[in-house]
Parts: sequence; structure tokens; C-alpha cells
Amino acid sequence: MIAAIAIALTVNGEPVTAEVKPRLNLADFLRDDLGLTGTHVGCEHGVCGACTVRLDGAIVRACLTLAVQADGSAVETIEGLSDSGEIADLQNAFRDRNALQCGYCTPGMLITAQDLLRQKPQPDRAEIREHLAGNYCRCTGYHAIIDAVESTARARTERAT
Amino acid sequence: MTASDERQVLSVLDRPNSYIGKSVPRPNLDRLMQGRGQYVSDIVLPRMAHVVFVRSPHAHARIAALDGTAAKAMPGVIAVVTGRELAGVVSPWVGVLSHLKGLKSAPQHAIAVDRACWQGEAVAAVVASSRALAEDAAEMVAVTYEELPVVTDMRTALDPETSVIHPELGDNLAFERNLDAGAVDQAFAEADEVVEAEFVFGRHTGVTLEARAVVADWNAGEARLTIYQGTQAPHMVQNIAARHLGLTEAQVRVVCKDVGGSFGIKVHIYADEMATYGLAKMLRRPVKFVADRVESFNTDIHARDHVCKGRIAVNRDGAIKAFAIDDLTAIGPYSMYPRTSAIEANQVVNLVGGPYATPNYRARARVVFQNKNVTCQYRAVGHPIACSVTEGLVDLAAQRIGMDPVAIRRRNLIRDDAYPCASPSGLRFEALSHHAALDRILAMMDYEGLRAEQTRLRQQGIHRGIGLASFIEVTNPGAAFYGVGGARISSQDGVTVRLDASGAVIAHTSITEQGQGSESLTAQIVGSVLGVSMDRVRVVLGDTDATPYGGGTWASRGAGIGGEAALQSAKVLRDNILVVAAAILQARPGDLDIVDNAVVDATSGERRIELNELARVVYFRPDTLPPGLQPELVATRHFVPRDYPFAFTNGIQAAWIEVDTATGFIKLLRHWVVEDCGTLINPQLVDEQIRGGVVQGLGAALFEHCIYDERGQLTNANMADYLVPMAGEMPDIDVGHVVSPTLESELGAKGAGEAGTAGAAAAVANAVNDALASFGVTITEIPLTPRLVLSALGQI
Amino acid sequence: MKAAAFSYARATSIADALQLLARHGDDAKVLSGGQSLMPALNLRLARPAILVDIGRLSELRGVTVASDKVTIGALTRHVDLLGSREIAEMLPLLREATAQVAHPAIRNRGTIGGNLAHADPASELPACMLALDATLVIRGLDRERRVAATDFFQGIYATALAADELLTGIEIPLPAPGTRHFFHEYARRSGDYALVGLAAMARADNGRLSDLRLGYFAVGDRPQLARAAARLVGVDVTPELVAEAKAELATELDPATDQQATAAMRRHLAGLLLENCLATVLDRPELARGQSS
Repeated sequence: MIAAIAIALTVNGEPVTAEVKPRLNLADFLRDDLGLTGTHVGCEHGVCGACTVRLDGAIVRACLTLAVQADGSAVETIEGLSDSGEIADLQNAFRDRNALQCGYCTPGMLITAQDLLRQKPQPDRAEIREHLAGNYCRCTGYHAIIDAVESTARARTERAT
Repeated sequence: MTASDERQVLSVLDRPNSYIGKSVPRPNLDRLMQGRGQYVSDIVLPRMAHVVFVRSPHAHARIAALDGTAAKAMPGVIAVVTGRELAGVVSPWVGVLSHLKGLKSAPQHAIAVDRACWQGEAVAAVVASSRALAEDAAEMVAVTYEELPVVTDMRTALDPETSVIHPELGDNLAFERNLDAGAVDQAFAEADEVVEAEFVFGRHTGVTLEARAVVADWNAGEARLTIYQGTQAPHMVQNIAARHLGLTEAQVRVVCKDVGGSFGIKVHIYADEMATYGLAKMLRRPVKFVADRVESFNTDIHARDHVCKGRIAVNRDGAIKAFAIDDLTAIGPYSMYPRTSAIEANQVVNLVGGPYATPNYRARARVVFQNKNVTCQYRAVGHPIACSVTEGLVDLAAQRIGMDPVAIRRRNLIRDDAYPCASPSGLRFEALSHHAALDRILAMMDYEGLRAEQTRLRQQGIHRGIGLASFIEVTNPGAAFYGVGGARISSQDGVTVRLDASGAVIAHTSITEQGQGSESLTAQIVGSVLGVSMDRVRVVLGDTDATPYGGGTWASRGAGIGGEAALQSAKVLRDNILVVAAAILQARPGDLDIVDNAVVDATSGERRIELNELARVVYFRPDTLPPGLQPELVATRHFVPRDYPFAFTNGIQAAWIEVDTATGFIKLLRHWVVEDCGTLINPQLVDEQIRGGVVQGLGAALFEHCIYDERGQLTNANMADYLVPMAGEMPDIDVGHVVSPTLESELGAKGAGEAGTAGAAAAVANAVNDALASFGVTITEIPLTPRLVLSALGQI
Repeated sequence: MKAAAFSYARATSIADALQLLARHGDDAKVLSGGQSLMPALNLRLARPAILVDIGRLSELRGVTVASDKVTIGALTRHVDLLGSREIAEMLPLLREATAQVAHPAIRNRGTIGGNLAHADPASELPACMLALDATLVIRGLDRERRVAATDFFQGIYATALAADELLTGIEIPLPAPGTRHFFHEYARRSGDYALVGLAAMARADNGRLSDLRLGYFAVGDRPQLARAAARLVGVDVTPELVAEAKAELATELDPATDQQATAAMRRHLAGLLLENCLATVLDRPELARGQSS
């Protein structure tokens, strides 16, 4: 029997302690152990982007990260980014433009889009497409998502000036 | 968006503050955007166990022995169940329908009993306290296989020397359909030119981002099975689960909450899902099955595996005189249940040549069994094949006679004033708009401008192409699809709408939501027809215990059929409310209306009584109502199309692409769609359905292919090797509309969900051939990989 | 797709890591960024008894520049390389190649050491190491050795690393002033593994090449430094010479035929890359064809 390992981390700002088996990945830990099911599982080999979360501020694939690797780190999920209001304008743009249909890719898309806007406040459409090129959506065909990210970027720039 | 029809009379669609025709945001998206949706894989129930299936590594093998002893001893294991054991709980099924004459298939079990017939078919189930522990134990199930000959080449499936998968069926032919309309031989004999081509379509699959998932919960105390599943057709699942588990329908409840994409993948009955229902009953506890991505590739239905020989007869003046096809398609070892794996081929026969006026058409379609994954209806069922073949042949004909592709279409598309009429295959068209759509798309894309740019760039060695694809689409099916064949798949839908005690409105609908906007269209229609604001309308769907009985959402029927039911039920409720209001106000119902959440004077608009006040009186102070009045603040209406078996829509797509003739890579520069789907309830939602559908078609055109080797092994069952379209390679897509409402319903809405997928690959293929025309190259195979292009160009 | 069970040890120092590897040998797998290892674990293609997590060994992270070489710690993440001003200035080839590795979320975790040790033949960075004439620094419990990149990559997922060794750093000689580079890969989609790719370093004087290192990837079971480059050095690069070099290239490369491309197609694309490379490093656009990726 493989021993569980004690980990301590923060998730959406809340301190969390747990005993986890080494093979438990971060996506399953968030979903099954913490009940934060907004992080979705789509492929478990790091290709679809549905499981994207922020780890110490950087976007990562939760399915390619072990829970034990997150020990001592700060994890942010879509629930946390929503409750803090950090992506409220992006979510409004997604709603108005219908940049989501089934919603399964949406948490990963929002987190990745926000990651882009934090690094590059005024991306052009090609840059938006490139940054989101690792997030699979089957419903929208991407056009509406690009529109929503573009309009959010524009609005943020206008607010800043 | 422009409307081309004129409304003579104020109808229910012209109500004040109407949401119909407005691109309002969908309600209740916050939940999804906050990660607080409830997908099946999110569901946790007390004592819930997890099932993992042991799956055959062989495409065809006898299960000689199966020993679960070691597996049973593994940590966390609750049960190891064989096909034989499960057969006592779940009865087998045969995927045939009586109206598909001659369709034959063999009985299929929830878990294979004697023999596995495709690589990935389940041969045992391991139930454990977690998915990981179940996977550990599944590795310990010892199965002895005796490999059997595999049938994996559709072209030789019917040869006498090829082994027959089900000897009792006699051969590997599941279904054949022949059609001969008009005077085909004469037309081909007399035509100036005859062009032939063989069109090859790579098998592909849906790749829903949320994999198939089921939680089946057998409550032994209630003797009731609750199935949580992202199905498009909950009542169908209820019926089939009951039938095959020996239950009454009343003992089965199907609940669908959020669904992470379906596109037809989740409208079928899967063996492993039936097995999960059976395991829950056997083990008397909830059992959860969530397919992983590799399983999904191996077991989600595949589709569109066709080789289609097409011929077109054309005169030098551009008149198309005949179409003929000989289509061969490869399905799995079983016809899928209950919708059958013959419908796709049937659709191809129905739809080839559809937009065109020629009455001469011959078709043969044969559907053959293979030791590969099962196939069935996937978004746009058959339309992509039919459109690619038809539009490919039309472009080839144009090329042969030296005519512009636009000119040949103008010459031959059914005239916009020719309706109602019927196709040679017997399809009845109420009113289509091929020419108006063609005019519209040429304007949207600046066709002449693109041609000039194409010519200019060709001189610099840059090869761009324009491809057009006209299409018709089947929507709003009545019973003609399935009911007539004996399937318990409802073709009608219902909505119950109620004014609640607080003056809010709750609508229960039998259509389902997978993200296309079923909830929104219902709320928009109810709000508009009733006269209430959308924020007061709550929609309940996806629960067989709580909604009217209906078909669900598939074949682009949600808006046309479910929408009409919403409209009619709201009309009745409105009348009911006005009867009560008239009694309270001592007025006549005809002098009143409901606008903006209040009963108003129809002429002056004066607010007479708020709906919430009326509701308070009805529910809590009926003593104040006139004697004899029995208010009824609930109304239910169902709708089924009766005049036309299907409401046909039409559209046209255009692709603008560039081929790098040195590398074979194709770049999608831009894409256009003009769609006529009748009344648009929410234009933005319709446009987004089209965009999503187009990209699925673009994926098929360039990237997607389930690649089987000759041993029947699916060699690319993961998302690194099976290429789905991603944002980096997809173009912007412009959508326009022509509006020809159906007169079959007051709403006038037809379906739009599949139009994008129907024509996208055809447009791209035509564009690629347009780009390569100066090389004398024509490619009639998808996916159009760089390898294919380079081979065609003789570069490799 | 849940990984098979394994034990886990978090190394507290390089010595600790090496002791763990010495003890467990082939039963252990090193966890650095995890972006290549985790998919293999989830698919149960890799089934180590124990993972040795070296992720906290910060001494293995970072870029240092000496007078004659750049040293990159094995645990330096791709994102760190992309953000490094030194790499941008001194090794633009590496920067360009790293930008092509998968997607941002992968680059935030993946490490150069992990990528090189994994040795996927279609990966960008191993070919860069050949083009840059890099040396891999390897440590065992009681030894440190240096292996030339040209000797390091030995086959599909196979390197010179022994089971009890750790790749600790990469030493890259500073390119001489005026060195040019070329990087391009043909891939079906952004972030995909390449069908064929080329990482090249070149020096040119007066229209002639004085040095040319052509690091091809996805052309066989390992990255390959094309010997055909020798034909092009110190002579006038005429179209005829380019054709000859392409022909030699086609014979020395032994690419696989797989779902994405045939061997013939890979040879064809490798030839295009050669042309495009020469066009770039010699400033002669007329030599180029096939610009799309």
C-alpha cells in the first residue's frame, strides 16, 4: 500500500491540507477531494486545455500536475477567479457574444484568455488565436471567443486611458 | 440579417416587446462561466461506485475464457461482472427499423458474451470505489482470446472470400437501398459530357469535450432507476432502459443537467451505458461511468466512412441532366440502436442532387459491417457526404464545359418561385431560396474581388481558391425518421407553461439543452407570446419526471418543434390569464392584453392589473373571484409537424483558401455561410450554431480521421494523433440569412443546428480544387492532408 | 486514464536525488516539469515504482553567461527561457524554438532538461542542441561527465543518461558575432509536434558559408545533424549545388512513415527547409519555397 503524502496549499485563497496518494493529479484533487468541479477533465494527456488552472499565477494543465507537486503553492480555479471578480468583464463579454455554448471548455478558455490579457493587453486576433490554440472547443468554432476576448481587451484599454 | 418576407397580418410574432428575432444573451450562463455547472461527471451520490470496462484489444475474437478472480481481490473492488452475468439483467437488442427495408443486424449485448467484434468492445466490467482502483483491477482480469478473421476493408466486405462477421445473417451487407427516378440512362446517353469521380470520406467522430458519462442509481427501496446522463433524448433512454432491464417506464427517470457537447454523439444507446444501468440494478447502488478520452475514440459512434462513386451528365449549355451515385459505407459490426446505422446512407441517397432541378437521379447505397467501432448519426448525418458529392460533381461539370461555378449553379439550382415541389428522391420542399442565398453570399464575399485577387496572386505563384457549396438540410422531422420504423422515439414535443403564485412564469419543455440555446429560445418565445419579461421566465428541461413527453433535441428540431409547442402553450396560458383578468376587472378578454408583466387595456395600453397581483388573487384569494370561475394558470401544448415529413432548409457556403503547393498545406483564409432557416428566434444563437457546425466540417475537410489499420486497430485514439480543429487554424466565419418561414407552424422556424456541418467540407474541397485547377489536379478525398495534396501534385 | 500507483520522493538536494536514483535505478523516473512524463503515466505507458521529484532543486534552474558559453540549468522552464534577455540576445535560435514548444500552459511547467532527457525525435530542443553544438552535463552519485549533444540522443526516448544519472545542465558555446540562425517546423496545427523541422546555425562571409550546422528533427529516431551541410560550406551556393545537397540529404535521412507523413514527404519537406534556411542565412530569398507551416 503506497503511503499518502501530506500536502498544504492554498486554493482560491483558502488554506487546504490533505493527505493524497502520489498518483492523484491536481485536476482530480480539485474535483473529487475539494468538490471544485469547475476544472474539467477532457483528455488527461494535456492536449485539450479543459483542466487549465493557475498555479502560483501561471496557467498550467491540472491533469499534468500531481497534487503533491502543488504542495506549498497557490492554486486558483475558475471558481476563485469568478468570485474575486477578476474576470467579470471577460465573462460579461462571453455572455453578450455567446462565446460559450455547452460551457465545458469555458473555464479553461476564460483562464487562458485572462492569462493572455495580463501579459498582452492589446492582442490582435491572430495573437488571441495563438494563445488559445491549446484550448479545444467543439461548440463555438472559436470565432465568438476571439470576438469576446478582443472586445474585452479593447474595453480594458479604454478604461485604462 | 435581412428578412425577405413581408408579414401581412399582425401575428403572435409581432407582440410588443417581443424577444423573437432578438439576439438576447442566453439566461443562466453565469453558472457555466463560474465553473458551477453540473455535468454528469460532477455528480456524486452516496455509496456511488465507479465502473471501468475491460475492453477487447482485438477487432474480432472469441472470448475463450475470462477469469476475474485476481481482479476481485484487488483493493476497492466491489464486483467483476462478465457479459454472461449481465445478460441476465440487461437484454440484448437489434438495431433495425422496419421502414429501412432489408436492414439486418445481429443482437448486441451490453457486455460481449461470446465474442468481441471490435477493438474496444467491452468484455467485462470492474466496479470499484474509485476509477483509479477500478483501472488497476481491470488490468488483472485475465481474458483468453481466440482471434478471428477481421473484416476491415469495406471495398471487399461483400466479396465471397471475405469472412462473414455474423454467419447467421448470410453476408456483411447490413442494408442496401436503390433509387431510380426519371430517365437516367437516357440522360447520360444523350448528354454532351459525363463526368465521373470517386469521392472518399475519412471516418471520423464527434470528440465531445465532455466524454460520455452516466450515473445510474438504482434505488432498491423505490424499485426505481434514476439515470443521470447527458442524452439528447431522455424519454427515448427511459423507454429503452425500461424495456431492456425489465422495468416499466414509470420505474425509470432520466435526468440531464449540463452536457459538455453532444452533436449527436450522445443521442444513441451505448452498450457500456446500458451495462452501467444494469450494474446499478445488480449492485443496488449508484454506479458512475465516465469514458476516458481513449475509450471515447474507441467507442463513441464514428460516422461518415464512405466511398461514393458519382456521375454527372451535363450539356455544354450548362444544363445538368442527371446525377448518379453508388455509395458504399462502412459501419461497425452492429447497426447502432435504436436509430440504426443505415440512416446516414439513407440520407445520402435522399439528399444527393437536392438543390438542383434535374429529375433524373439514380442511387445505390450499400452499408457493410466491419470489425471496427459502431457508427451512427453525427451532426448533419449524411448531408456532408451528399453535399460534397453533389457540389464536387457540379464543379467538375463546370470545369469540363468551361463554365464558371457560379454560372452553372445559377443555371441549375431550383428556382426560388418553383415551390412547393419535390426532389427525384421524393423529398417535398415547401419553400427554399437557393438563388436568393447565392446572390447574398456572392455579395457578402465580394466574389468578383476575390477572383481578381486570385488571378493576381497566381501570377506570383500563390495559389488561392474559392469553393461554393449549396445544400439543403433536413430539419424538424416528424415520425418519418424513426417512428414509422417502430422506434419508440417521439417526434412530437410539448411545453407546459405556468404562472406561479409570485407572478413568475415557469416553462417545462421536452426539448433538451446541450448549449445551443434551447432554454433561451423557450424563454424568448414564452416571454414574447405571453407578454412577460424574460427574467421572469424559468425553463425546466431534461427530466422525464418533470417535463412533457417528447423527442428531445436532435435533427435540428428543437426550435421548430419545441419552439412551436412553447408558442402554442403560451398562447393558451395568455388566454387563460385574460379570462381571469376579465372576470376580476369586469372587462372582456378581447379588450385586454398582457404586456410587460401586467394585464393592460389592449387599446390604450393602460396597466390594469399586475400579473403578480392576479396570481396572488388566484392562488390565495379565490374567494374574491366571481362565482363559478375555476382559474387555470397552467397550459400544455404539444406540437408535431403534420404536413411535411421534414422542414427543409437551404443554404450556401463559400470557402476562400490558399494551397502551398510546395508543402501541401492548406490555409483557411475565410468562410461564409448564407442560411435560410425560416424565422430566427435568436439570430446570434443561430449564427453561432452555424459557426460551430462549420468548424466541425472544416475539421473533417482537413484534419479528422479515425485511422484503422488492416487488423482493425484504431491507431490514433488520442487527441494528439486525432487532429481536431483548434483556434490557430480556423478562419473567421461570416454568416448571413435569407428568411423563408415555414407555414406549418405559427412560429415559422425551421432548424439550423446542422447546416454549418452540412456544407463546410464541400466548400473547402471545391476551393482546393479551384486553387489547383491550373495544375490539372482534382482531389476528391477528405481529409485533405498535406500528404494527399503533395501526392496529387506529383511532388512526392 | 488514471496512472498506475507509484511511490513518491521529493529530492531535497542533487545529492539526495542521485542517491534515490542509485537506489531505485530502472524502477524510478525523474519528475521535473512533468509535461512529457505525466501523459505517459496517465496512459499507463510508463509504470515506474517511484517518482523522484527534482522540481524544488532551484540550484538547477537559471541561465548563466560566461565569456565563452551560456549555461542553462536543466530545470529551467521553457517560459523562463522565453523571458530571458540573455537567451534572446545570445541564442535567438533557442528562443525561437522554445516558442514552438506546445502551448503556454505546457511551457509554464516543462523544463529544458526534461525535454532533452525525454528525447522525443519530433521535439524542437534536441535538434537545437545539435545545431548549437551543446554539451550536456550529467551527474551520477560520484561522477560528473559531459556528453556532446551529438552523442547524447541515441534513439526514440533513448539518451546517454543512465538510470542513476541526472541531466543537470546544458552548456552552449557562445556563437561568434555575426552568426545567423534559422528555425522552422512544419506542423499541422500550432503547437503540434513537427512533421519535419530544422534548427540551424550558420556563419557567412562574403556570400559564402563558413559554417553550417543543420539540426533536423522528426526525421528519424533521433535529431540529426545533416552531413549534407558540408557540401555547402566554403563554396558558391548555386541552385545546382542546393539540388545536390538536397539529394544527399534525402539519402542520409531515414525518416519514418506514419499517420502524418510518409518518409518521402518528410524528405521532401526537409529539402524545402534546407532551401528556406539557405535563403535566410545567405539573404537570398530566391532560394526559398514553401513558406507555410
